[in-house]
Amino acid sequence: MSTDRLGRFANWNVAIIAVTVVVLIVAAATVDNFGTAQNFGFLILDLLPIALVALPMTLVIVTGEIDLSVASTLGLSSAVMGYLWNQNQPIETIIPLCLLLGAVLGAINGFFVTVLGLPSLAVTIGTLALYRGLAFVVLGDGAVADFPALYTDWVTGNIGGTSIPNVLIIIVVLAAVFGVVLHATPVGRAVFAIGTSEQAARFAGVRPGRVKFWLYVVSGLVSGLAGVLWTLRYSSARADNGAGLELAVVAAVLLGGVSIFGGKGALPGVIAGVVLLASLQNALRLSDVSNEALNVVTGVLLIVSVLAPNLANAVRSSLQRRRHRPEPL
Amino acid sequence: MTIRISRPLAVPLATVAVVSLTLTACGGGTTKSSSSGDTGAPAASTAAKADPNAPLKEGLKIAYLPKQLNNPYTDVEVGGGKVAVGELKGEYKLVGPNDASASSQVSYINTLIQQQQDVIVVAANDPNAVCPSLNQARKAGIKVVSFDSDASKDCRDAFINQATTQGIGESLVKMASELAGGSGEIAVLSATPNATNQNSWIQVMKTELAKPANAKLKLVKIAYGNDDDQKSFTEAQGLLQSYPNLKVIVSPTTVGIAAASRYVSASSYKGKVAITGLGLPNQMRQYVKDGTVKKFALWNPADIGYLAAYAGAALKSGQITGAEGEKFKAGKLGEYTVGAAGEIVLGPPTEFTAANIDKFNF
Amino acid sequence: MTAVDLPRNHLATRRSSLDLVLRARELGIVLALAALVAVTTISNPRFLSGQSIRDILLGTAILAVLAVGQAVVVITRNIDLSVGSVLGLSAFTVGTLLRDHPGLPVIGALLIGAAVGGVCGAVNGVLVRYGNVPALVVTLGTLYVVRGITYFWAGGQQINADELPGGFLDFGNATLLGIPYLVLIALLVLVITGVVLRSYRVGRELYAMGSSPQAARLAGISVGRRTIGAFGVSGALAGLAGVLFAARFGTIDAAAGTGYELNVVAAVVVGGVAVFGGSGSVWGAALGALLLTTIGSSLAVLEINQFWQQAIVGGLILLAIGADRLVAARVAATLKKRGSHVH
Repeated sequence: MSTDRLGRFANWNVAIIAVTVVVLIVAAATVDNFGTAQNFGFLILDLLPIALVALPMTLVIVTGEIDLSVASTLGLSSAVMGYLWNQNQPIETIIPLCLLLGAVLGAINGFFVTVLGLPSLAVTIGTLALYRGLAFVVLGDGAVADFPALYTDWVTGNIGGTSIPNVLIIIVVLAAVFGVVLHATPVGRAVFAIGTSEQAARFAGVRPGRVKFWLYVVSGLVSGLAGVLWTLRYSSARADNGAGLELAVVAAVLLGGVSIFGGKGALPGVIAGVVLLASLQNALRLSDVSNEALNVVTGVLLIVSVLAPNLANAVRSSLQRRRHRPEPL
Repeated sequence: MTIRISRPLAVPLATVAVVSLTLTACGGGTTKSSSSGDTGAPAASTAAKADPNAPLKEGLKIAYLPKQLNNPYTDVEVGGGKVAVGELKGEYKLVGPNDASASSQVSYINTLIQQQQDVIVVAANDPNAVCPSLNQARKAGIKVVSFDSDASKDCRDAFINQATTQGIGESLVKMASELAGGSGEIAVLSATPNATNQNSWIQVMKTELAKPANAKLKLVKIAYGNDDDQKSFTEAQGLLQSYPNLKVIVSPTTVGIAAASRYVSASSYKGKVAITGLGLPNQMRQYVKDGTVKKFALWNPADIGYLAAYAGAALKSGQITGAEGEKFKAGKLGEYTVGAAGEIVLGPPTEFTAANIDKFNF
Repeated sequence: MTAVDLPRNHLATRRSSLDLVLRARELGIVLALAALVAVTTISNPRFLSGQSIRDILLGTAILAVLAVGQAVVVITRNIDLSVGSVLGLSAFTVGTLLRDHPGLPVIGALLIGAAVGGVCGAVNGVLVRYGNVPALVVTLGTLYVVRGITYFWAGGQQINADELPGGFLDFGNATLLGIPYLVLIALLVLVITGVVLRSYRVGRELYAMGSSPQAARLAGISVGRRTIGAFGVSGALAGLAGVLFAARFGTIDAAAGTGYELNVVAAVVVGGVAVFGGSGSVWGAALGALLLTTIGSSLAVLEINQFWQQAIVGGLILLAIGADRLVAARVAATLKKRGSHVH
């Protein structure tokens, strides 16, 4: 049974990667200007925040929890960055402080979830409102601009004379780190164990609370980083930066085959999910498909990504039942 | 359960803290004041010379990118643009986000660059956030005309100003003073606290109110409805509760004035508090007729979009470069002169009252 | 702290202690509300004027109807994030119908709105039940889809007050014995749902499902039908709220109700309905809605920066679930002690 489940899971992973590749090829062949180097740069910049935040989100969801506060953490980090910049602080101090802030915000989530034992859904809906509200308190409705060109140009620029965006380095490095941690270290095994059965994980010597706490810290840290990069990309710090991004991130992670119930998922699938969503949006926009349709596509993909494996599973088991004797309960 | 900071994670966190403290202590680094003026904007292409006799090109691809789609005011503006693009025998396109966010506008600008448009007519949600993309567009030979809400001066070729800031501010105070009978408390219900237009009008209003002629008018509060119907409604409600002696609410935004009128028309304040400001005749007709609103003002938004198309075509055809003093013809609107910093002023606003409102349909 | 249908005579003491706790929970909100009103009124006596109270009640009416529906879903250990989008779709549908057929009676508008919402809710329910997809995912998806459909349909249209029939707009402002119709409708919805949940078999079954879905299934409750029913109710109430929205605000575009889901979930959680199902009441949810609306109004009157509002809502959610956890732990301890005496 367990190997079967594993196999099914690998299937979904392969399937989503295959779908992504197909979409990329079809888009490049049929949509004018999709396959250009410049558009590749735009695509990477557009998916940057979702890709970054999706990495820790994957781990959090695999443990069976959720973090809906990520976009608000991003916004608060951006707002604080703008506030400190207006206070004439050096950018070299502001950036680490914003990362630290993100980690602290994550730790607050972690505290409520692991120490007080509150449901993460409710906690992070609360901090979603709280952090976004604080972002508005810090910066109001204003926008702070004029960030140093050295930094903003790096974020929007390319590596050397190539057309590979600089920020792709960040995505690749972080994705590699998270991939190795999740799939090749004891920490990753603990994450899966917790998601499968917290009780069993505890018997196996894992301390679920501690692992989850640090996952929330990392989630906050990465969201803080995403806030910094967002601010630099648009050279504009605003309290409403990234509003609603949490939905896109969760959609991408689930599309990538991570189970919302925890215990199952793989990082390559998640990356494919992120790329799939972003390139579909990019291609549709280039084909002058309206924004409304993008919303519908995102929503339908999200539901289908969870529905399809369930249906496939139901069909398969009914076929099996026809072939074999009915399984005892 | 207690949380102990595990060593492998504590080390990088501590490093971050130490590094940031060290940097601060050194006092080095890039700050806002040390990098001011360093905005990374390319120099405007002053090399090109305007040729006022150059023929207007046909078949130009002119794309409109308003603050957001599905906004009645915006629809009227771009509607005028569509007419003008038709007259110019160009290709009209309308794209935009559903939310008035700067980041989604950037994605659309990038798409327009990919689609090799000739002219982008944009109402910026954030004057700075759209700048790098607009400059990328200009590098690709696309002419950028801003309307409604300006982008930074160094990332667009021309700006269509609906009316001079001074003119609007003065007319708002004039209407408020007439409605208040020359004295009493007035309040402003604006859009967002950082809306460029509204803030500059309010600034002029304050200067006007400081003049001896208006000494008896007292501006008690500036509230912000965020150009959100419901929020404006609630804010109007709050104003009337907080200031029982309020005589006039001035709302220099179409969303705000409609919401405030709707609230007052159905409340016990009707007839006691006057509403005025900038509004769309179609939205305000009901409140003008039921007596809630005596008068309000606006330019014709369709003309803004119309003028923008002609300005864009003139830029792309080389008739103008966006330098002060250059002249071009804008179809039915006649001849226009480019002002300082590439500004093109549409004309004075119209005042609407019960007597003339039925002559307008927008 | 789950309130399953326990035989009354045997465990009367346990029930009463539970009731006490639940009442204490709602009492907490009432006290917070009273304190808030007192402080605001001292600072500006006009806060308690008739017009101001009417405005708060009208604002609460819409949120309360949504919160009641959400409470029903949350009690079954599900969540419905699509309510804001459903409200928007219903408001636009009804607005369009009224514009094109001004003769449509108000009751017809209310029913059509509820029907539109009910269909959306039933779709959610079917996907949750038969697709075996978690409610969070389904309703997150339909949040996008329903909003997308509304935008698609509405395009740039905005329905203005002058296009709506006067009778409908009057309904948004008119009163019966001094109480606005909108508030009366919200009260009606609240009382009916409250009574059904508390005293009818269907209601108790919803609680049972939330406390333990497996046990509920073993006990012969048709979990599937009830799940779809709960989502249907939430959807229908969101649709009804859309009609109230249209009547109150008069201006409807495709963005109506965007982001409402957060306020609704906040109202429900602050009102003491546990996100893990099985406990809480619609009374609490409605009180939560009243508290949130009052906070919004008092901030404007107290001239506190409006930006604080969202932060305060977030803080309240955390406070509420933290407090619930503490109370639950204490009740569990008490019950355990008492249980050892009984058995």
